[in-house]
Parts: sequence; C-alpha cells; structure tokens
Amino acid sequence: MNKDLKHSAPTDSEVILGILNNSENELKRLYIAYFPMVLQLIINNNGNEDDAKDIYQEAIIVLYNKVKAGDFELSSKLKTYIYSICRRLWLKRLSQLNRYGGDIRDFQEYLPVDDEVELHNDRDIQFNKMESALQLLGEPCKTIMEDFYIYNRSMQEICERFGYTNADNAKTQKYKCLQRLKKLFFQQK
Amino acid sequence: MSDNQLLEVIEKYLNGEMSQDERIKFELLRKENADIDNRVKEHLQFTGLLKQYAERVELENRLNAIHQEIDVHTLKEDLMAHPSWVVQLWRHHHSKISVAATVALFVVVSVMFLTGSFNNNNSKYVELKRKVDKLDQRINRPVKNKKDVGADRYSFNGTGFAISSNLIVTNAHVIEGANSIKVQNADGDSFKVEVLYSEPQNDIAILKVIDTTFTSLNTPPYTFKRSESDLGEDVYTLGYSSDTPVLGPGVLTSANGINSNDSVHYRISIPIIPGNSGGPLFDNKGNVIGIVNANQAQTEGAHFAIKSSYLLDAIRHIPTDSLTHRVNLNKKNTLAGLSRTQQIKKLNNYIFMVKVY
Repeated sequence: MNKDLKHSAPTDSEVILGILNNSENELKRLYIAYFPMVLQLIINNNGNEDDAKDIYQEAIIVLYNKVKAGDFELSSKLKTYIYSICRRLWLKRLSQLNRYGGDIRDFQEYLPVDDEVELHNDRDIQFNKMESALQLLGEPCKTIMEDFYIYNRSMQEICERFGYTNADNAKTQKYKCLQRLKKLFFQQK
Repeated sequence: MSDNQLLEVIEKYLNGEMSQDERIKFELLRKENADIDNRVKEHLQFTGLLKQYAERVELENRLNAIHQEIDVHTLKEDLMAHPSWVVQLWRHHHSKISVAATVALFVVVSVMFLTGSFNNNNSKYVELKRKVDKLDQRINRPVKNKKDVGADRYSFNGTGFAISSNLIVTNAHVIEGANSIKVQNADGDSFKVEVLYSEPQNDIAILKVIDTTFTSLNTPPYTFKRSESDLGEDVYTLGYSSDTPVLGPGVLTSANGINSNDSVHYRISIPIIPGNSGGPLFDNKGNVIGIVNANQAQTEGAHFAIKSSYLLDAIRHIPTDSLTHRVNLNKKNTLAGLSRTQQIKKLNNYIFMVKVY
C-alpha cells in the first residue's frame, strides 16, 4: 500500500467537502485511511478480508449518502463514526449468519448508529429490487430506461440510437418499458 | 388523456420543460385531482430510486477500484491479533499434541512398569546417600580431627559398644574399607581389633579385640531388647562424636524407618552427628534397643537406629568356628533402677571410639 496515502489521512472536513464535490482523490484518501481499522475489526471477529471489504464499502456508502443528503453533522470523529457503522453492520451480518457468539472484540469506542444502519438496509432492499427488475426487463428496455432516466438523454438521442423512425414510437416504447419495470419492481416481495 | 400522454405531461412538468402558463395550469390540476397528484409523486419517487440506484452502482464501482489498490493480504497479516506462539501452536495442533502426550504418557508408564520403577527404590537411594555421606565424611573427618590425631593418624571414627568381654558392635559402614581398626576406651587407651563378622545389609559389624594389652571386660550392664519399643519412649545414645563421650537424648518417633516398608530401623529424634554411628541406643531402663545409624540422616532431626533384634540375629549368625567360646549376652539389666547420670557412669567403660585407619 502506498505509504504516503496511508500517512496522509484526510481531515474530517476534507472528507466531507470531498464527497460534496465528488472528489475522487478525497474518496480514495478516506477509503485508504480507515480500511485497516475495519479490517482489524472484522478479521478479529470471525470475518475475513472479503467481509471487511463489503462492510467497509457499505459504511462508506452510508456516510456518502448522509453527506450528500446534507444531514451529516460531525458530532464525533469521522473515524469513530465509520467504526460504529461497520460494527453495527457486522453484528447484523454475524447474527444473520448465525456466527454471532454474543461477544464482539472492539478496537475503538463507538456510537449508537442503529437508525442509520436501518435506513441503509431499507434502501439496500429497494436497490436490490431495482437491480433484479432491470435484469428481468431485458433489452432494449433496460438501456432505454437507463439512458432516459439515469443519464438524462433526450428522446431524440434515444430515437437515433435505437433507430426509431419517429419520436412517438420511441415514446410509446419508453412508456411500455417503464410500465413493465414498475410492474417487475412492485411484484417483488 | 391516456396514461401514456399523462406520463409525457408529468415528465415535461418534472423536467421543467413547460411554459409558465402550462405549469400553472398543471399545478392547478394537481391540486384539484388527487389522482394526478399521486401519479406525479409516484413517478418522481420511482425515477428517483432508479437514479439513486444508478448512483449506488457507480459509487460501488469507484470503491472497488480503490480497493484494488490496497494490499489487503499484507494488511491482514499485520492486523491479526497474534496470540503467543504457544497458543497458536496449541490452536493449530492441539489434537496432535494430545495424541502425542497420551502416547508419551503410556510409554513412560509402561517403561516404568517394566523396569520396576514402581517398586520401592528408597533403599537404593539410601545406599547411595550412604556412599555419598561416607565420601563426605572421609574427606571432612581428617581435617576436623587434625588437632587430636598427632601420632595416632586415623582417618575416620565411629562409635562401638561392647556385647561381651571382647566383642564390640558398630556399623558396618564405619569400618568399611578400613586398613586397620582400633578401639579407644574412655581412658584414651587404644586397642587393635579385627572384624569378626559383618552384615552390611543391616549395617552391623562385630569387632573382636585382638590386642594383647586389652584386659577383658566385665559383662556389660545392659541387656538387648528383642521386642519392639514403643513410640514416644525416651531414648538416648552415647557416642564419640568428639574425643569424649557425648550424650544424645531424644525420643523414639517411629517404629518404621525411612518409610512404612522399612522395619529394620526405628526413627528417632536425637541430635546426632556422624561420630555417633554405631553407638548404642538405650531406652530409659538402660536396655539397648538399637544401633544408632547416623549415616541415614535424611531430614533435619530425623535419624534412624537399627533395631536391636537385628543385632541379636547378627550375633546369632556369627560363624561358630570364628569364636573361641559362645557369646554370652547379659541377661540381667543392672541399669534399670538407676538414674540416667548413674547409668552413663556405668556405661562409660563399655562404649568405645572406633578408629579406622
């Protein structure tokens, strides 16, 4: 690992500004700075490095979303916050795997972050549904949905890309695709 | 208005593509028509989710890319809580260790069983100790007695006591390896003796005075007790742990010697030093109940004495052809009614220093 990056742990405000500004570099510095801490937590509590990666990335996503949503208040050190999220997520994972022995070996102080983790889990469920709905939707619908709703491409572009002769046909196609996607999404339990 | 058209309108509205007029009209419609309002909200939510999902996927890809740059393996090595190597060894190999330990234990027990280690080896131990002690004494004794040796350069002494007119008993270990032996009486006169009979297994030796200047002793005033003495009995010994006889008062503490298997010895609590070896052990009636065996001192204050019954047996075992006449042991104890001081005065003539050259 790059020692320079390791030693230059970003300040908490640098991280927050970096996330708000979509700074790739700050995200990287954040990621590299606290991964060892989480790896230590997970591998010393019945997990492996892949678990650590999953848990850590989820925690970064929680932080990221919270910062992006504008409701992140730095009431403690960012390090403690990340540790707490990971700890909570890992406990949840352990109990799901029936690997939880009722005891966790801690390396840091931590905060109660149950609400955040719950919120994150709810969103995760929605995203998983969306992922499988999109998979089931198939082409060309999937690409049309992505182009229009995610990448904000105009109907004109979409027409050209898929070779629709007139915009109405494309709109009708897009409408049908959206209806099917909604159906697939809401069908899932 | 069909669903399709409604969707188009909603999207137009949400994307801010409406003119001012259209916008006001549509917002009015939303307020009046809850159904349309719901449709707008629902669409907003769903497309929002779709966007967020895409963002999530993108973020995950970014994080994965960063993760690729980390040397997780090295980090892991560093961060594992390393238990001590003993614990690790045990965790990884505890089944093997257990099997090995069991086998080892079995082998040790078998070997001990086969070689008879479970039999009592104390006697061997004691013998060894005797030898060590003897060496010790042989080394130390001459130095200790240098002042009083003069022309009389004996290397080691013990104590002996008379059993008849010219026979003296002592420990076999006292006279072991001797070139010549002399006994010295309370007056300081020395007489040459020879070993008449020896029973090393019981550490008993019987000496015969062969010196022509020796005048035969009267019959010793003490008798030899064949029966066992009782625990707690007051006992004493007289011995030449120095140039003059020294009294060692004490008590009989056990009918068995070193352990319960050792019925040859009494255990006694008496201040004893090596010169006492071979001296008589008296009870307070003046009966000889044993031969002090100072050589077997094992722990502080615990000493041993060979029971007198073994002495009587030894006397009986003396080959008759080496005796000019039968050994007549005193049958009448003339000490019984006397105080200890008077007993000792009478005993003095029958206790000898055994000098080994």
